[in-house]
Parts: sequence; C-alpha cells; structure tokens
Amino acid sequence: MSGLDTRLACKPADYKSDIKPIWCPGCGDYHVLMSFTRAFAELGLPPEQIVVVSGIGCSSRIPAYTNCYGFHGVHGRSLALAAGLKVTRPELTVVVASGDGDGYSIGGNHFLHACRRNIDMTYVVMDNRVYGMTKGQPSPTTEPDFDTALSPGGTGLRPFHPLVIALASGANFIARCFSGEPNATASVLVEAIRHPGFSFVEILSPCVTFRPDESEWKHLVHPAPVAATSDPGKAARRIMTDDGFNIGVLYRGDRKPYAPQVGRPSVELSELEKDFEL
Amino acid sequence: MNGAVGVPKITSLADLFAVAYRIEADAVERYELLADQMETHNNPELVAVFRDLCRAEKIHRDEIQRLAGDIDVVTHARQLPCWGRGDSPEEVDLGAAHYMMTPWHALQMALEGEKRALDFFTSVMETTEDSQVKRLAEEFAEEEAEHVNLVHRLLRRYPQPAASWSSDPDPPIAQE
Repeated sequence: MSGLDTRLACKPADYKSDIKPIWCPGCGDYHVLMSFTRAFAELGLPPEQIVVVSGIGCSSRIPAYTNCYGFHGVHGRSLALAAGLKVTRPELTVVVASGDGDGYSIGGNHFLHACRRNIDMTYVVMDNRVYGMTKGQPSPTTEPDFDTALSPGGTGLRPFHPLVIALASGANFIARCFSGEPNATASVLVEAIRHPGFSFVEILSPCVTFRPDESEWKHLVHPAPVAATSDPGKAARRIMTDDGFNIGVLYRGDRKPYAPQVGRPSVELSELEKDFEL
Repeated sequence: MNGAVGVPKITSLADLFAVAYRIEADAVERYELLADQMETHNNPELVAVFRDLCRAEKIHRDEIQRLAGDIDVVTHARQLPCWGRGDSPEEVDLGAAHYMMTPWHALQMALEGEKRALDFFTSVMETTEDSQVKRLAEEFAEEEAEHVNLVHRLLRRYPQPAASWSSDPDPPIAQE
C-alpha cells in the first residue's frame, strides 16, 4: 500500500489505482467506480483500512481499479470471502462488489445467508441484467422476453427480485441506485457503509454493448417518492410494487449485526494435523 | 444524464470559487477517464481530443484556485453539498461514450458540458443578491461562453460523421 496521509486520502483520486479500466466505453461501471472513490473520500477512510472484495465478471474487476486492499475472488463466492475477512478483521471496512450473474446466480445462496447473518459489510451489486463478460447470456434479472441467439424468444423465466429477497433474508439496509448519478450513488454508499449490519445496494449499471436498450434507463429512473422505512412490512410492499426504477434508500433496519468473537485457536494447527496423519 | 438537480446553494465568494473549482475538477476527472478508455480501445485520435480537453479544464481549474487566493477551494468544495442526483454541469456523460466514437462526438459532449456550465453561472448571476458573487459569476459565465465558442470553432474541423459511424464489421454481439 502507498503511504498516503489522511489529508490526501480525502480526495477521490487517491482511492484510484494506476490500472486503467478495460470496461467498454459507455459502461455504467465507470460511474460506479467513481461513486466508490467519492464515497471513500467522503468517509475519509485511509485506503489501507478499506477492502474491496469481488467475484468474477465485468463488475468484479473493480478492486484492481481502487487503491484499497482488494481481493478478486472466485465466481459467486465474494460474500463468503468477505464474511470471513470481516469476522477476523472487524476493524476493516469491507465492501463487496458483484454483478447480477455472479451475485444472484452463481453466488445466490451466499447472498441469502449473508443477508441472514447480517455481518457489518456493504454489498454492491452492479445489475445490468446480462452476463456481459461472456458475451450476453441472460442472467437471473434478465427480462423473460430478452431475445438473442443464445435465448431465442427469451427465457420466459420470471426475473429474480433481489431487493425483496434481501429484505426477506434479513439485510439491514436496502437501496437502489443508478450508475449515471454518481454523486447520489456515492451518498447512498456512504450511508450504507455507515449503517451497522449487512447493507445491500443494487446499482442499475447499463451494459451498453450487450444491452444497448439500457441506455434508456437514465430517462426511467426517478427518486423514491417516499422516505425509507424501518418497517419490513411496509418496505416489502413498496419494493414489491415499485417499477424497478425507484432510486434511493428503501429500507433501514435495526437488527444487531452478527459479530462473533474470534479468539486465538485452542488447538494449534500442527496438533490437529497429527490427527490426520496417515 | 439528469442535469444539475439539487444545485449547491451559493451564498459567498468562497462558495462560488469552490463550486467553480469542483466543476472544473469533475470535468478533468471525466476527460481523463474518457481518454484512458479510448487508449484502452485503441482510438488514438480520440485520446488526443480528450487529453486536450482535459488539459484545458486543468488550466481552468488551476486558474480558479489561483484567483481564489487565500480561500482553500479544495477543502471548501468538499464541505459543500454535491449536485443532488445529477452531475456537476461540466461532467460529460460517460454513458454516451462509444468505442467507435469520433472527435465530432467528443466535441458534442464537451459542448453540452460547456453549455450547462454557462447556464449554471448565468443562473447564479441572475439570482444572487450579493454584488461580489454576481460580478464573479458574470466573469465565469463570460469564460464559459468563450469556451462554447471555442468548441464550436473546433467542431468546424470535424464534420458530423455518416450515420453508419458505429457500424462494426466484427461486432461484439457475436451470437446475434
């Protein structure tokens, strides 16, 4: 890590690495990266106290583009990695980055249980409703009539509703953002990171290459008409009935985060190994 | 892009300097990003255009800092509220970038940004009751008007490309 002092750490540029992103021009993930660095600057955290963990996919490249600690993990397993990290190093700020394929399909089960455990970390899913890195296959959030050669006539499958699932599974903070509004997204990220427990932020992030129709999202998004609630019942009704383009914090829970005490092992690893010697 | 929704309130010269500084700094960040994107995607003509625009914005940013004198614009800008949902006026729309875009498109993006900045400073000038803020906003508006003219002049060098500019004989959507 570089030896940045606290003052320098407060500029968004100081959270960016020297590696240039290779996303397609026009990709929403550029904005998300900008929101990350603006949020970190707003929080004023030294880069070495932040860890960005990811899985696999276009969105999961983000740790390399930040100047924080990073872990570009296994497909769908970012939350498992991050949970282990946060439990053992609770003083660190852990932000997990994923996409709709990595997060909801390959990592779907981890998503449920991360919400349920409510460990104090922030999960950011850049949802473009397609597997971009592998050339445009339908993801769990793709519309049923998304018609391509890989899914002729569309999959016909009902899309996954991540916010409802997060709420039902126990996430303590739920928000939806649009990548094209980096300042607003950065503000939500700041709040999500500060909120105790598991915070889930879905960012609608257009894939201009495989979903050019998503360029229209900038005209469809709108601020949530009502303030966030801490009542899960109200939140469920709102999230279930909104149009999917409601932007802002939608739910702020007050569940106590799960923070198990991790002490020194009672048995040394070398002792355990002896039991398994052949 | 949703425009400058939730514009920061300007009540003093320090606010105006800080906001002007942030506008230019944000523009520098965007043009740098776009230049890097085009470098990655091997579009050297666009790299040059975006680097030039970035350089110009950096000069404006540094000039504002110099004019602000003892006012710490960097710190003050950080303390001011951001532009609500939207971007600051000169932030070009990254979502409008395309790997086959031409200098004409880049300059159109820049033109839109300069026009938004002009509108912003004009609006400050017309609405403030502080005479010093009014005078400075007027100066900034004049500068932005000059930038708009400059981009128009640059556009004369680059005619609008044919409608087929984005046609790629080897498109990324291979399965369609």
